[in-house]
Amino acid sequence: MFIKQISVFLENHPGALREMTELLGKGGVDMLALSVADTQNFGIIRIIVSSDQIDPAVEALRANGYIAKVNHVICAEVPDRPLGLCELLALVEKAGLSVEYMYSFLRASRPGEAALILRFSNGEKAAKLFQMNSIKTLSQEDVDGM
Amino acid sequence: MSQTERRIYNPAVECISRDELHKLQGERLVKTVKREYENVPVYRARMDAAGVKPEDIRGLEDLKYLPFMEKTDLRDYYPFQLFASPKKDIIRIQGSSGTTGKPIVSGYTRNDIEVWSEMMARTLTAAGCTDEDIVQVTYGLGLFTGGFGAYQGADKLGAMVIPMSSGNTQRQITMMKDLGTTILCCTPSYATYLGETIREMGIDPAKDLKLKAGCFGAEPWTEEMRVRIEQLLNIDACDIYGLTEIAGPGVAFECLEKHGMHINEDHVIAEIINPTTGEQLPYGMPGELVFTTITKTGMPMLRYRTHDICTLTDDKCRCGRTLARMGRITGRTDDMLVIRGVNVFPSQIESVLVGADGVAPHYMLVVDRVNSSDTLEVQVELTEDMFGDTVSHIENVRKYITGQIKSVVGIASKVTLVAPKSIPRSEGKAKRVIDKRNLH
Repeated sequence: MFIKQISVFLENHPGALREMTELLGKGGVDMLALSVADTQNFGIIRIIVSSDQIDPAVEALRANGYIAKVNHVICAEVPDRPLGLCELLALVEKAGLSVEYMYSFLRASRPGEAALILRFSNGEKAAKLFQMNSIKTLSQEDVDGM
Repeated sequence: MSQTERRIYNPAVECISRDELHKLQGERLVKTVKREYENVPVYRARMDAAGVKPEDIRGLEDLKYLPFMEKTDLRDYYPFQLFASPKKDIIRIQGSSGTTGKPIVSGYTRNDIEVWSEMMARTLTAAGCTDEDIVQVTYGLGLFTGGFGAYQGADKLGAMVIPMSSGNTQRQITMMKDLGTTILCCTPSYATYLGETIREMGIDPAKDLKLKAGCFGAEPWTEEMRVRIEQLLNIDACDIYGLTEIAGPGVAFECLEKHGMHINEDHVIAEIINPTTGEQLPYGMPGELVFTTITKTGMPMLRYRTHDICTLTDDKCRCGRTLARMGRITGRTDDMLVIRGVNVFPSQIESVLVGADGVAPHYMLVVDRVNSSDTLEVQVELTEDMFGDTVSHIENVRKYITGQIKSVVGIASKVTLVAPKSIPRSEGKAKRVIDKRNLH
């Protein structure tokens, strides 16, 4: 139901994102999904990697002075067609939930499906909602197999 | 005799009512001012210049009219010009070498040595010392007041004194072990070093030593250091405060409640002032600590500015003493900033930033003047505690810190969260302030 995500604090300066991805890349980390949230002063980078790469990636980041944390997010599949996402969001809205952030995988989980990573105001409630409405969520094993 | 009573050397004074104390302080102040005016031309001229006559000082409430004394006075009037007693009555000189220029000295009459010894006897008693204890004095015995102060106090109590003086760690440990030292007097940094060496040697203080408490002072230290020393040496570690200009160690001391240092207020008056304006501040407000001696005869000091920043409280202590307490020294007035007319100490900002682990992240204060108005930016290195995966989480942390700074310091600031290790480190003392205002 929930999958693990690494979030990293980045200062806003030229080359900051390149430096971080270089560090991870040289360590053999394969990013399955990536999002960049930026404000005037700083950015938050969110990354999904396969479960065996989480600890090495976090250790490498911390050893190089980055602030990194592992947290849990929901990964849901929506049909890869117009209004696919909209239908999901309508459901979420009706349930009184809000999306704090959202991004998508760099590759499809299955043909015809788009895999989205979502952070809700109430993760448990969102998970139940998806279950009741037969919306497919990906498990950590699903992600590892991508 | 109850446990509490045994731990108070002079209950009649240490547990005196605040009203009685203030009356006593007032009477002694009047006498001291008269003595100073009559015997010290330097201070007489200063009082005359301020338009204050000895008869204007009628009690404690008139203290605020007296001019201040400064460390520079001790240099300028070195060696004897501040003495208020004839040289034949001075039986001791103590002093400090001073890191720059002339040394400073203080002269003690027999009365002054007696007063100082009593203050140190109270100090040691508050840490649990009795005449059955063995006191190892590891402060330097010499011009520096630490060694003689501790020696005299322990001697007055009738404890067994080992006057080791400083240095030679191996010999310190041998004597400590062979003689069964129970009370240790030294600087907190040396106590830490002794503790580490003892542990490295495989000595278990709980089994192999008889130490029970220590009186540590002569340099600022922290609660984290206290915890470390107490663990390393298996003792109670008490903070003490003193300065040569006023007497020496024992001006203020911690009891085993370890909740601020009791000031020997029957011998000194402590004030907290605004370092910029010189006005007295109420208890609880941070400011510069100022001492007036009221029993010394050799070299009395009236309103001596320590330049140390702390707060005072006269809340009754659980130990039963009514003597007011001073908190730890949190900084020096030399570090103080005046921003939009408000006194700001970096230590205040630091207190806001201290995390759950008791450690403050690295920070930098950047002060500037934009459109003739001062600005304060507080750059704080983000810690894992503060970080979350959403922008709103970090924004909330930033807003929280901004609000706390506003409530503690009283001015608005711009808080910027920066990446770890992005604020330049300096060798030695951390540089906390960049002032771009070019006011000098």
